[in-house]
Formats: sequence, C-alpha cells, structure tokens
Amino acid sequence: MFLKKELRHLGDLARIEFSDSDLEKYGRELDSILDYIQQLKEVDVERIKPTSHVMCLSNVFRQDVVKPSIEIDEVLKHCPDRKDKFFRVPKIIEEIENF
Amino acid sequence: MDSKDPLEKEKLYELTASGLLSAYERGQTNSSNVLSCFSKRIKQVDPKVKAFVKVIDKPQQENETGRLSGIPVAVKDNICIKGIETTCCSKILKGFFPPYNATVIEKLKKEGAIIIAKTNMDEFAFGSSTENSCFGLTRNPWDLECVSGGSSGGSAAAVASGQVPLALGSDTGGSIRQPASFCGVVGMKPTYGRVSRYGLVAFGSSLDQIGPFARDVSDLALLLSVISGYDDKDSTSVDVEVPDYSKFLVNDIRGLKIGIPKEYFAGSDGIAPEVKKAIEQAKETFEGLGAKVFDISLAHTKYAVSVYYIVATAEASSNLARFDGVQYGHRSNNSSAVKSQIIDMYKRTRSEGFGNEAKRRIMLGTFVLSSGYYDAYYLRAQKVRTIIRDEIHNALKTCDCIIAPTSPTTAFKIGERIDDPLKMYLSDIYTISANLAGVPAISLPCGFDSGNLPIGLQIMGAPFEEGKILRTAYTYEQNTPWHKKRPNI
Amino acid sequence: MNRIPLGIKRGRIFNKMELEPVIGLEVHLQLATETKLFCSCQVKFAAEANSKVCPVCLGLPGSLPVINRKAIEYAVKVALALDCTIGDQVKFDRKNYYYPDLPKNYQISQYDMPLSYEGHILINSENKDKRIRIRRVHIEEDAGKLIHEKEYSLIDYNRTGIPLLEIVTEPDISSPDEAYKYLVTLKTLLKYLAVSDCDMEKGSLRCDANISLRVKGEEVLGTKTELKNMNSFKAVKAALEVEVKRQGRLLDEGKSVIQETLLWDEEKRTTIPMRSKEEASDYRYFPEPDLVPFAIEKKSLKEIRSSLPELPREKTKRIRQAYKLSEEEAQFLVTEQDMVEFFEDCNKLFKDSKSILNWIRGPLLYEINQRNKTISELFIKPEDFIKLIKLLKTDALSNLTAKSVLTLMIDRKKGPDEVINEEDLVQVSDEASLIKLAQEVILENKESVENFLSGKVKALMFLVGQVMRKSKGKANPKKVKELLERKLKEDKKDA
Repeated sequence: MFLKKELRHLGDLARIEFSDSDLEKYGRELDSILDYIQQLKEVDVERIKPTSHVMCLSNVFRQDVVKPSIEIDEVLKHCPDRKDKFFRVPKIIEEIENF
Repeated sequence: MDSKDPLEKEKLYELTASGLLSAYERGQTNSSNVLSCFSKRIKQVDPKVKAFVKVIDKPQQENETGRLSGIPVAVKDNICIKGIETTCCSKILKGFFPPYNATVIEKLKKEGAIIIAKTNMDEFAFGSSTENSCFGLTRNPWDLECVSGGSSGGSAAAVASGQVPLALGSDTGGSIRQPASFCGVVGMKPTYGRVSRYGLVAFGSSLDQIGPFARDVSDLALLLSVISGYDDKDSTSVDVEVPDYSKFLVNDIRGLKIGIPKEYFAGSDGIAPEVKKAIEQAKETFEGLGAKVFDISLAHTKYAVSVYYIVATAEASSNLARFDGVQYGHRSNNSSAVKSQIIDMYKRTRSEGFGNEAKRRIMLGTFVLSSGYYDAYYLRAQKVRTIIRDEIHNALKTCDCIIAPTSPTTAFKIGERIDDPLKMYLSDIYTISANLAGVPAISLPCGFDSGNLPIGLQIMGAPFEEGKILRTAYTYEQNTPWHKKRPNI
Repeated sequence: MNRIPLGIKRGRIFNKMELEPVIGLEVHLQLATETKLFCSCQVKFAAEANSKVCPVCLGLPGSLPVINRKAIEYAVKVALALDCTIGDQVKFDRKNYYYPDLPKNYQISQYDMPLSYEGHILINSENKDKRIRIRRVHIEEDAGKLIHEKEYSLIDYNRTGIPLLEIVTEPDISSPDEAYKYLVTLKTLLKYLAVSDCDMEKGSLRCDANISLRVKGEEVLGTKTELKNMNSFKAVKAALEVEVKRQGRLLDEGKSVIQETLLWDEEKRTTIPMRSKEEASDYRYFPEPDLVPFAIEKKSLKEIRSSLPELPREKTKRIRQAYKLSEEEAQFLVTEQDMVEFFEDCNKLFKDSKSILNWIRGPLLYEINQRNKTISELFIKPEDFIKLIKLLKTDALSNLTAKSVLTLMIDRKKGPDEVINEEDLVQVSDEASLIKLAQEVILENKESVENFLSGKVKALMFLVGQVMRKSKGKANPKKVKELLERKLKEDKKDA
C-alpha cells in the first residue's frame, strides 16, 4: 500500500509534484499494479543471473578519433532561455552536486 | 491492371510500395503524381482518423536511386528527423527540433524514400491505444469508434487507411504488432539489435526496437531490408549481415515446424472467442500448407507482464529524467517570484509537461529502483526475465517459429480501458515476451470479427531469423484473403 | 563498521588527545584522451563555450553512448600502477540524480562491477613506508560547467562526457599531512603514466575528503563529514586541519558530529556547511542498458602492464643506489620523469653524478622555472650539458660564464662550443694575457693598490673585478686574484 508520504517522496525523486487528489488517484492505481506484480515472488530465482542485455554482446568500443562537434546554435535556437553560447537557467542556489 | 495503361492518379494510394516501384519502372507514373495523390488522400481521410501529427510541407527525395526511390513513408513521432519537430506526442517535448537524423532516417533517405509525415503515438510510447497523445487520439480506420491500438497507432492507421504505403513504428512491449493487429496491417518487431536505436527517443532501452509497417509481407520485407543493419553509434546494435529479405518471400512452408504455446489459451477467459477461433483456423491453414503444428510450453508466460512493467518502467523513469526544460522543449513559465530555484523549475516543468500515463510509469519505475526495493523488484524481475528469455529461446530450438494471437481482443472502444491501467497493461500479454527475449515477431491479419474488426496473428522466430518468419507469413498471406481487404474509409 | 556518534556513546567529554583523524580521499582524474568517454567530441581545455558538444554528450533524446577504448586503456594503466585487481567482468551503471550540469540527469558511472579494486600505494610517513589501500579505481563521465550570475546560472557542456577516473582510498590516512603526502605521491605516479595532465588548477585533478575522528587505538569510527571545493593539495591539508579542530571541539563539548558536506572557503580559510543538501541521495543505480559489459583481454592486460614505465618508487630506490644519492636528492629528481631521465642520460656520458645533480638543481632548474617549461621543452641535449660541465671542470669557463652559456644554449638551441665561439667567451687563463690586464688595472687604480698594500683585503677584490671588466668577464677570476696578489707583492718589494 502506497502511503501519501511515500508517493511524495517518489515524486521528489522524479521531480514531479502532485496535488492531494492526484496522489490519491495515483496511489490507488499504483497499488493495484503493485499487487499484481507481487506474483513474481512465486518464481524460484535462486542461481538465476539477471538479464540486463538480451543479446550477449560484450566489448563494444570505438577508436579515440575526433569527429566534428555540432554547431551549438542549432540547439540553442530552440532553447527556452539562452545567453550568447550558453544555456541559461534560474539561479542555482544549491551549490555543488558535482564540482 | 494492364501494365501499359496509365494509372488512375486518384487510385495510386491503393498500390503497395512494390506496386508503386513497378509503376515507376514502367514509366506509368512519377513521384510528383504519387505525392499529390497521397496528399489528397490525407486531406480526405485524416481529419477522421488523425493518424498524423505533422504532415511535412514539401517533402524531399534526397536520392533518385535506391530501393525505396519515390516511395512515401511516415515516421512515428519518437524517431528524430533533423529540423523537424519531434515531440513523442508529449507536451514536454513541444518545441524540440533534433539537430540530427536517426540512423534509420539516414538509411531511408539514402534509399530514396520520401518522408511525408510524423505519426501519432501514445506519449513516449506509453500505452496500447494511442489515447495518451497530447494531440488527441487516433481512430481505427475500420471503426472510428474504436482505438487504433498503440503505441504506434498513428503509423498503423495511416497505412491501413491508405494514407501512406509504408511507415515506421517502435515496439517495446508490442507497440508495433498490436496496432498492426487492430488495424489489419502487417507490422514487425525485429530482433533486438537488428535495427539501430540511434535517434529513437528511448523508452525501455533493453526492449525498444524500431520496426516496419506495411500493407503486405512483401512491402514489409523491403522496408525491413532498408532499415536493418549494424550501426557503430548504437552499442547494442549487432553486427550480423542483413540478408536480402525479399529472397524469403517464398510460398512454401512444407515441413516447417510451428509451435503454439498452450499457456496462451489456458484459462481462456482473457482471450476473445472470435480471436481464439481465428487462430485455430490459422493453425489449420498452416497444417494444410504442409507445416507441422504442435503445442509447446512457455510456462512463465503469466509473469511476462509483471517483469515488463518493472523493467520497462525502471528504464523509462531514467530515460525520461532528461526532460527538464533546460535545453529544449517545454519549460514552465510559472515561477514564484521569491524563490525561483532550479528544483522548482524541474518540478513544475515536468508536472506540466507529462501526461498521466507518463507520470504513472515514471513513479512506478522510480519505485522499483529505489533504495530498499531494488532487490525485491528490479533485480528479481531481471532474473525472471532470464527465465522467460531462455524458455523462448529453448522453445525455438524445437520449432522453426511460434504462432499466437497478437492481442487477446480486437480493437476496443475508445475510452474503454483508459481508466484501468492494469487492464490496459494486460492486453500486452502475448506481445511482451518477444521483447523480453529479444526475438523477432510479426503480426499480420488472420481474420475479422463480427464487428468487421481485424484479428492479428503473431509469428515469432529465433534471433535473426526474420527470414524464416517472413517466409511463414508470406505463405500464409498468399493462401488467405485477409491482406486484400481494405477499410471502408 | 560502526558509526556511533562518539559523544553520545560514551556520554563523557573527550580529551582531544585521545582522538585521531581517520581520513579517506577521493580523487577525480580527467583522462587526456583525444575524445570524450562516450562520444567523439574533442577534449579541449578552455574551448569556446558549448563548442565541443554533440547529441550524445548533450544527452539529446535518441542519443546513445559508445565507449572510448583509449579511456579504458588509460584507466587500466592507472589501476595496474596502483596494484589493483582488474575486474573480470566490468560494466557501467546509471547514477540517477538531477542537476543542471548533468544533461541526462543521470551520470554513466560504475557501481558494483567497477574497472578495478583493492590496490594500494606507499607513501613516506614519519620516515617509514605507509601503505594506503585503494578501495577502487573506476571510470565515469564528467559533468558540465556552471557559471553563476546574479539571477541566473549559465551552462557550458564542453566538459560533459570527458572521461574521469575516480580513485578512492580506504580511510587509511591518519593526518592532514599524510593526506598531503598521499596526493603528492599519487600525482607523481599519475604523471609518469602520461594519462592526464594532473593539474588541479585546470580541474583535471580534483580531490574530496572524508574525515572523522576516533578514539586512538579503537576500531569504531566516528561520524564522517565530507569536504569539497579544495583547489590545491595545500588547501586539502588546510581544510582537513580546520575540520580536525572543529570536530575535536564538538566532541570535547560533548556534542556530536553531524554527517554533512562542507565546502572549503579558500579566502576565509574555513569550512562552510553546504546549504540544505538533500538527505543522502538515492541514486537508484542500475546497469546501463545502452552499454554492454566488457572484459579486458588477458593479452591486453599483459601489453598494458609491460608498457608501464619504471614507476617513481622503484626508480627512486634504484637511482639512490646507482648514483649514491640521498633520499631527498633522489625524490627531487624523480618528481619529474623527464628530469630523472635527463639525469640518467647525462650520467651515461660522464660519471660525475654530484656535478650533474648540482647543475640540474642549480642553473638548469633556474632556466626551467624562469621559462616555465619542463626539461624536455628546453630541448637541451645531455651531450651538450655534459660538455658544458666538462668545460667548467677544466677551467675553460668560469662558473658565472657557464651559467650564461647555458642560457644562450637554450635560447639558441645550440651546443656550448658554438655558443662560446659566437660570444667569444673562452675563459682567459694564460698568464701572459692576464698579467698584461693586471698591469693595466694596477696603473689605473693607484688608490686601491695602496689600500690593499696597507692591509685592506677588500681592495684586492675590487682590483680583480676591474680585471674581469676589462676582459669582459672572460678572465679566470681565481687566476686573476693569484696574479694580482703576486704582482702587487712583487711591486711592493721593488718599490
């Protein structure tokens, strides 16, 4: 059962905000889906390796050779906000996740 | 039609792509006429069907030669075309103009195809009915009160209604095959890694494939040949030679071993009786053509939907994190004067920009990856995926291909399932396994129900055995009347 | 590993002396590959904003990563040099969090199957070898750069996607000074591998620190804090020193240390808590579906291992013995790979390690610092360097002249003989010429002569100087002094 608190936390992680009535609706829907998914507990998965890639490829690399970059104006011309050659966003008050 | 007669300009849209190519070869028409004919057809039909979200003004043919020279093609709106707005039918991507072409688009252009439109879809490919589009739904050309299926409903309906001879869609859990089935056309999900994903806006990265829609198997084989191939820009692309798929269009399946998963018909409460009957008839047709049809077991079928909705939503929740209004697309204007911080911009942009189904899947995906739940959900689902994948690969060692219904029902009525997500998800039960296992699968018409809605037959094969599937499908098609029927629109 | 707040556990106030710092360091190293980790954009320092970007490193919808083989090779080099075990199966994972310098709002990094783990490096602590264990060395992509303005922030994505190595130690470092030593030792080692320019100022080497205090001799660790924003090794040491004091004070007062991230303020020389960092982020790591796993082939490993140069530690030991150097002398030479190579090349030509060392440490180091270049960039050949030293030893040049010759050799990229000929600098040592000059000077400086004769020794040096001037510096000053003394004494006798 999804508590409102848990849903808000998920919303925070996903950067989505919900009204109370939204939360109720999503809560109900996610509950029913989650109930259904519980069936996976029946399966014996001991000694089974997880599948991240369905085709057994490995060692895919490329050479360290420079190729032309794109002309940034192509992207910037559709950007919601820009300054010269930069993308511009509201001030980031929180400092440093990745310095 | 006498090959020497000039063709009726207005009826050009009735031809298949192969038909158009022959007409070009015989000098019976030219691309200008063809384009003008489809343009008229679109104006006539699409106001009712709404298959397209954008009809390209003055479409270009970039190469005079090529296997698709002069053939109009429509492309699902989650495939990037340089300079053309690509929205994935989501508010959050309105205003995104990719500065590059998807690899499949480069291939199409190189072969002389003319891309004439972007097609409607469920937002970010989340859905099985094309009712989740921010541009409104696509109606089924066979019955405008019914859905066209999803998420590639626009592409399927466009081909079905003769608005374009060929189209591209994407398939993560059945999004090509199910709309193909609902709209009575042929659609295929290639082997995972057969077609490059570079330029396909990602949903479930380990499941997604771009694939072809066409009116018949021959056309499909042609389009598949063009879009397939190794791409060094896609690390999951497999370097296996692309055969000339047209060589598999042989009307002969004598000795072919066909498996039918018994679990798909067990407890037949989910499957509509007419669908069941159509598949049984198809079985008889195959036997009549010299194939050997027998039961196989895919014991873990019942877990497929659960596995899918964990793995796919987890990947989607991460793939969609980039939609935040920073570089492109929608950015919320709503800024509280006092504390306009970046975190608020993210939250508002995403809350405004995503539709309900998108939010639902993002939440679910975030949940199954979150701390404390990862092992119980995501990791476990990946393990069950291994079991399902191995089960299918092993089954395909005992038979040449597997047949099944594409969908448990025919096209349902608009609005019927939109408020019941779980019910919507469960309609993917027959298609999902192919994505989990990475195997190729086709859907083609195998009958009509009493409401004149098409029924789809699915044929699955082993990895990179598209040729075998095409042969099976072609033989079935040539010995049945279904592919000749057209909706009355 | 128990992390119980010490203050609470014991319920008594600690004497500062009972506590010892427990430090772990995380170094991020930008690899000097031509292209980025997952795309073919050029890696270039200080390029115009957003000029080295493409759909992949911008994270545009539909883009996909492809691994740069060279980045993996460089990473393996580092891992091997740090004596790490290379993972059998290696993969990338997504680290999911939101930040404007992260275009996809996830970073492709490594989680549970990293490139390498369990290595170590030896540092010199209190004149002994101390083993600092390396927990792991893994690869990940760098993020973009943010420029903060008054009401907005600007984003430059040139840096996104540059390959980074993350080198994480176990908390084996016991003092801020050891932390400094670790960083210096690590940097020297990394420079030998030629995989990065290891420049903190350019941002190609970054360091974060984790520090806690624990009761001496005990195993239980205290609560740790994370320190960021240190721009130099000295800053790391200073920040740690400040934090040791701060944590010590807290515990002294019976309070507990809160787990938090602190930023080092270089100007104020203090640490500032980061404002409202979200509760420990849930990164929701999962295997990167767009990249397939990889395994380094045994053959490649062998090749990379054999391509490793002689590393600083081994080199220091060897040259100490071979050239009878002190630890300090050896370390000085070894710090720059091309310097020790130059030293050894010179020694092959002329077995006088002391002179060579002195001349490298003295005049040559002066040239290096003046010109802000490395030895290789000076284009001075060992043969020429040795020739110069030999000329000095045979008194053909004075010390001073030799230094000038060196400068000119470097300026003109010529050997000493050429330069000397061009400048006519051969030291004059023959008595006849010198006596002539000496006589001239004596005649011209009667006052100084008298001063000397009356006992003012300084006057002699003045006279020597005058001879040097007359000879335009070419006279052998030792000989000049001898001759002057002799002549003056003779003259006095005569007088």
